[in-house]
Amino acid sequence: MLLFLRRRFLFFFFTYLLSSLTIFFLLRILPGDPARVIAGGREATAEQVAEIRAELGLNAPLPEQYVSWVGNFLRGDWGDTIAFRGAKNYDLIIERSLNSARLAAVALLMSVPLSLVLGVIAGLFENKLPDILISLLTLSVVSLPEFVTGLFLINIVALRWGSSELAQSLGWWFPSSSAVRADASFGAMLPFLWLPAFAATLVMLAYISRLTRAGVIEELKRDYVRTAALKGIAWRTVIWRHVLRNALLPTITVIALSISWLISGLVVIEYVFGFPGLGSLLITAIERRDLLLAQAIAMITVTVILFANLFADVAYALLNPRVELS
Amino acid sequence: MTATPHLLDVKGLTISYKVNRRWLPAVRDFQLQLRRGQILGLVGESGSGKSTIALALLRYLSVNGRVEGGGALQFAGDDLLRKSEAELRQIWARRIKFVPQNAGAALNPSIKIGAQVTEALRAASNLDRGEAQARMMRVFHDVRLVDPERVAQRYPHELSGGMQQRVTIAMALICNPELLIMDEPTTGLDVTTEAAILDRLRNLIAERETGVIYITHNLGVVAQLCERVIVLYAGEIMEEATALDLFQRPKHPYTQGLISSVPQLGQSKRAVQLQAIAGNPPSLTRRPGGCVFAERCPAVIELCREQKPPLEKLGDGSLIRCHRWEDLHAGIRPPPPNPLPHEEGGGFPIRSPLLFSPSLPVGEGAGGWGASSETLLQANNLSKRFPVARSLRELLARVEPAPIRAVDGVDLRLRAGQTLGLVGESGSGKTTLARLIIGLEERDGGSLELLGMDVRNRVRDRSQDVLSKIQMVFQNPQNSLNPYVTVGQAIRRPLIKLRGLAPAAAEAETLALLGRVNLRPEYAERYPDELSGGEKQRVAIARAFASDPDLVICDEPVSALDVSVQSAVLNLLADLQAEDGAAYLFISHDLAVVGYLADRIAVMYLGQLAEVGDARELFQPPYHPYTEALVSAIPVADPRRSTERILLSDNLPSAQNLPSGCRFHTRCPRKIGELCEREEPPWRADDGGHRIRCHIPLEELATTQRRLTLAGEGD
Repeated sequence: MLLFLRRRFLFFFFTYLLSSLTIFFLLRILPGDPARVIAGGREATAEQVAEIRAELGLNAPLPEQYVSWVGNFLRGDWGDTIAFRGAKNYDLIIERSLNSARLAAVALLMSVPLSLVLGVIAGLFENKLPDILISLLTLSVVSLPEFVTGLFLINIVALRWGSSELAQSLGWWFPSSSAVRADASFGAMLPFLWLPAFAATLVMLAYISRLTRAGVIEELKRDYVRTAALKGIAWRTVIWRHVLRNALLPTITVIALSISWLISGLVVIEYVFGFPGLGSLLITAIERRDLLLAQAIAMITVTVILFANLFADVAYALLNPRVELS
Repeated sequence: MTATPHLLDVKGLTISYKVNRRWLPAVRDFQLQLRRGQILGLVGESGSGKSTIALALLRYLSVNGRVEGGGALQFAGDDLLRKSEAELRQIWARRIKFVPQNAGAALNPSIKIGAQVTEALRAASNLDRGEAQARMMRVFHDVRLVDPERVAQRYPHELSGGMQQRVTIAMALICNPELLIMDEPTTGLDVTTEAAILDRLRNLIAERETGVIYITHNLGVVAQLCERVIVLYAGEIMEEATALDLFQRPKHPYTQGLISSVPQLGQSKRAVQLQAIAGNPPSLTRRPGGCVFAERCPAVIELCREQKPPLEKLGDGSLIRCHRWEDLHAGIRPPPPNPLPHEEGGGFPIRSPLLFSPSLPVGEGAGGWGASSETLLQANNLSKRFPVARSLRELLARVEPAPIRAVDGVDLRLRAGQTLGLVGESGSGKTTLARLIIGLEERDGGSLELLGMDVRNRVRDRSQDVLSKIQMVFQNPQNSLNPYVTVGQAIRRPLIKLRGLAPAAAEAETLALLGRVNLRPEYAERYPDELSGGEKQRVAIARAFASDPDLVICDEPVSALDVSVQSAVLNLLADLQAEDGAAYLFISHDLAVVGYLADRIAVMYLGQLAEVGDARELFQPPYHPYTEALVSAIPVADPRRSTERILLSDNLPSAQNLPSGCRFHTRCPRKIGELCEREEPPWRADDGGHRIRCHIPLEELATTQRRLTLAGEGD
C-alpha cells in the first residue's frame, strides 16, 4: 500500500510539474505582450512598456521566470488583476472558485445519484424496454452541447413555463439568469444554482450511467452471482449485496474524473447563465488579455483535476481488496 | 425399491440453446436415476453438455437456454419443472447444492469468506450470528481447512486454489443438502490437493447420505469415487454402467477410446503407443443426423451415419447407445481399410488396426529415441529470486523483505535427444525454471551451457544460433498464437528469421511442417480462431520445430486439451522426437503423462530438485517421500485398484519464507525427527544415476515404501 501511495504521489508530482510548464510556456508564446496590455495598450510609450517588463521580471531568462512564477504561485502571490482594477488575482480567484465549487457540488449531488440509479436499472434490464429508454434519453442528452441545453433551460423552463399562471400559483420560479453578486451567501445563491447545475447534470448523466450499466452487465455474468443466487437468497439481495458492490467500484473513478470534466463544462454553462464563477472569470481574463489571471486560473483548474484523479485512484485501491498494491 | 422414490429421477430431458435465433438442442433425451448416498459420475469432454445438465437439474439455465417439453425432472417425488421461483429458492437454500468448477471465480471477490459462507446458512435457517459462526467453524473443520478462524476473515483472492475449493464445498455442505451437484470441483488443482479433497468428500458423503452427481472429464477420479457412471458425448448418453463394468468391459467405442487414450502410470513411449480418437467433437451447430460419434468412430458402418441409434436398456440396468455394440462385444471388427474420416477436420488416424487394445505395443527399441551420451544442456546452480515490495512495518523497521526464491540452486543435465520430465505441484518453480532456460526470465545466479557454449542470460543477448536451438510450446495454444496471424505466417516466421530460408523455400517447408503435425496444407491459410484446441497445439508444435531446435521446452502442452485429443498430441510429440532427435524438457503436473514421454524425470519442490532418476525407476521405491505422495495421489482409472493415498496438507509453505533444513519437512509423512528441520538433506545416489535428496538412506526407503502395480503388470 505504501509503495503504491508513494508511486502514485510521485506520479502526481510529475504530472503537476509538466502541466505547470505547459501552462507557463503556452501563455508565453501567445501573441500579445502582457507588459503592453498592462501599460495601457497602444498608447503606451516604449519606456512605459520596458518599465513594466522589468517590473514583471519579463526580461529574465525563461527558466528563471518559470521558477519565480511557480514560487509566487505557491506563496499565493498571483499578481494584480488588470481586468478588474484594484483587485488582487488571488482574492478574485478564491472567491470565484468557491462559487464554482458551490455550483459543482449541487451538480454532483444531482447527477451522481440520478445516473447511478438509471445506470443500474439499465444494466439489470439489458436490452429490454427500460434499458432502451434510458439509453436513448442519456445518449440524446449527451450529444447536445452545454450551451444548447443551457439555452433550452433558460427559454423553456425559466421563461416560458416560469411565466405561466400555473407556475406562478405553484410558486414555481427559476431565474432565467444566474448573475448573482459574486459575494452572495450560499443560501442566497441557491435558487440561482438549480438550472445551471441541471444543465451540467444532463451532460454528466450519460457518462456515469453508461459506465454503471456496463459494470452491472459485466458483473451479472460472473460465476459468483450464480453462487449467490443458488444460496436461495432473494434476487434483490443478490443484486444489492453482491452485484452492486463490485459493479459500482469502477464508477468511483469515473465520478472523480467527471469532476475534471465538470470544471471545463462549467466554463460554458457559467457563461450562458451569467454565473459569477471561475469559468466566466477565465473568459473575462482571456478577453482582456489578463495573462497572469488566466495563468493562475489554469493552475487552479489543473490542481483540482489532479487532486480529483489522485483521490479516485486511492479510493479505488482502498475499497477494492483485489488491487495489487505492491 | 419402488416404494421409496429415487432422490433424483430424470427422463427425456432435452435442453436447447438459442444460437442465431434458432433453438439448437445441446442435450438430447437425457436420463438418470440417483439414490440417496449414491455418487453418480457424469463424464464428458468440453461441449458434451455436462455443465448444461447440471444447471438444468438446478433449473438455473441462462436466458438463452431452455428445457424442452416432454421430459420429467423429479426430485424426491416432486416435479422440479413445475416449481415456482420462490419454491426453487427454498430448494436451493436447503436441499440441492451446487459446487462449481472454478472456485476462485465463484466466490465474491469483495466479501470476506466468513460472510459468504454464513450467508448461505442463514438463507437456509434462522440461526443467529453466533450459531452460524459456530456451525461454519465445524464445517470448515470437516473439509479440513487449516486455521478456519483466519480463513473466515480473508478475502477469496488471499486463499490458495485448494482452500477456495474447500470453501465452496463447505458452503454447499453447511446446510446438509440431500443432493449435491459438483461440476469439476477438483479440475485445476494439484493431484495432492485433489486427492485430499476427494478423500474428505467421500467420507462426508458417506456420513450424510447425500446423493451426488459428480461431473468431470477425469476418468481416474470417476473410477475412484463413483458407483455408477454416465458417459456423455455431444449432448447424448453414450453409455451408462457401474464404474466397475464401465472400466472393465466398456461397450461403447467412445468409452473404449476414452479409457485407452489416457496414459497410465508406468506406460512409456518405448513400450506402447497411445490410442487416440480421431478428429474433434462436433460443435453445437454441426451435430450429425445419425450417431453423433460416427465421424470419429473406428467401427463406423453406413447405418451409423444414417440413423441415430436408440438408447437401449440392458438386463443389468446399464444403458448403451450404439448400433454395433453387440458385434463389437462378439469380437467382430470393422473391415479394413478403416473408413476413417481422417481427411476431414484435420483428423488424426488411429494407428492401431485393433479397436480396443488398451494401447498398441511397440517393440522395445523401436522408434528412434536414442539418447546419446552427449550433454546438450547443462545447468549449474540456477537460481531466480523475485523481489517483494516492502510492507509498512518492514519500511518502519528498515528491513528488506525476503525475496521469493522461485528457483533455488538447481543443477540439471539434459542429453541430446532425451526427454527430461519435470514434475511438482503448482508453486514448485517448474515454469520459472523453464523460463530461465529459454531466457524469458533472467537468472540471478548459476550458469547455463548449451553444447558447451555459455548461454547468455537475457534472450535479446542470445545469438541466433542459441535462439533457434531452444524453442518452447506453451500450455494454452489459445494465448500463444496471435489471432491476427495465419497458421502459415506463424510457422514461416521462424523459418525465415531463425533458419534463414528464402521465402519460396520457407513456403515449401511450412507445408512440410504442417504435414508432419498431421494438418492438411490448407490450414496454412486459416486463423487460429478457426481451429480446435488440439489443432492449435499442433500449430504451436510445428512453429516450435520450424527452427530445427535441439531442445523444445514443453510447458504443460496437453493439460488444456480434451482427453480424447490429448493422446494424439502426445503421440505426435513422441513421433517428432523419434524423427528429429530433439530433446524435450517436458513439464506437467500429470505424472502419467510425464512418465509416458520422459526418459528421465526430475521432481521439484519449492524451487529445488528433490529427486532425479530414470523414468522407469522413479515410480517405484526407493523414492523421495514427496514423490511417493505425488504418485500415490494420482487417481487411477481402474476402480479395482484403489491405492492407499498418502495425503499431504495443501499448505504449501511460501517460497518467501522457506522451511529450514529439508524443505519438505513441514508436510513429510516420513519425517524422522529434528534432524530434518535442522539440516539440509544430502543427495543420495545409486549406481544408475538415481538421486534422492533425503535424510533417510535409500535402502531404508526401498524397504519401507510400498511397491505400486503399474499398468501392464500384475492384474
